[in-house]
Amino acid sequence: MQSKGPNARGGKGREKAAGAGGVVNSSGSAMGPNGLGGTSSGGGNSGGGRAARFSFIIASDFEESRTVQEQILAAVAAERFPEGDMFAIRLALEEAMINAIKHGNKLDREKTVRVEALVSPEEIEVVVHDQGSGFVKSDVPDPTLEENLEKNSGRGIMLIEAYMSSAEWTDGGRRLRMSKKREAQLAAG
Amino acid sequence: MAETSAPVSVTTEKDVRIVEFTNNKILDEANIAEIGQTLSSLIDERTNPKLLLDFNNVDHLSSAALGMLINANNKIRQKNGQLRLASIKPQIFEVFVITKLNKLFKILPNRSEAASSFT
Repeated sequence: MQSKGPNARGGKGREKAAGAGGVVNSSGSAMGPNGLGGTSSGGGNSGGGRAARFSFIIASDFEESRTVQEQILAAVAAERFPEGDMFAIRLALEEAMINAIKHGNKLDREKTVRVEALVSPEEIEVVVHDQGSGFVKSDVPDPTLEENLEKNSGRGIMLIEAYMSSAEWTDGGRRLRMSKKREAQLAAG
Repeated sequence: MAETSAPVSVTTEKDVRIVEFTNNKILDEANIAEIGQTLSSLIDERTNPKLLLDFNNVDHLSSAALGMLINANNKIRQKNGQLRLASIKPQIFEVFVITKLNKLFKILPNRSEAASSFT
């Protein structure tokens, strides 16, 4: 289950500290077997360069999710991604977290959501992994069809795919890996 | 007369109830639920309700917010009412286009045009 969006370029980054607060756990260097990066060069290009990495495990709680999202978005803003990219990343991240907490974990606070992010000047990669029962992506109705337009839900996956450069669901739908590459023009100033 | 009830501000012009979002992000589930309840109450106030939603302050919204708007649209249609959306910024409008909800809602460039479009 993989989809590709527009724009595909690579880049390098520089190291920044990962952080966490409150009930959110962060392990800046401890990545799981399917974690992002894996080396200090993060972006995979030659010549060094490091990226900001984040790793959180949160309860299925919207407030905790908000904290995680704002930390990741602050790192993206620090890299001065264009406004359009910021909008896209904020939207996709919001949708991914809502899907994990509400639809994946069914708002069960005993279930956790693992979030990993790698932010470099050219790209952001995010992994969101819930503990729900999973889903089959092909079973999700197309919300743009006439008969589905008046339904009040079912647009999250579509928006993630539309706004991110790539989005892939694995582990039975429980794990989303998505990325956004910087737009062609860097932000002015 | 203006009534302020965060996260929306409600005013009335002739027989049109105008709702202006006061928060630039319509993302939070609780926030969205509160807005939805406010819209529902406004729709319940009268027969053939006319409701104008002003998005001038809105920079971000989620699919849950879209769902809330769809619920409001469905409810107002059941009461033979009219709903208009106005002053939607380009990035937000793009979300409506991508989801094809620009076909479902009557969206006008600004409040004035939206107010004039009621029948």
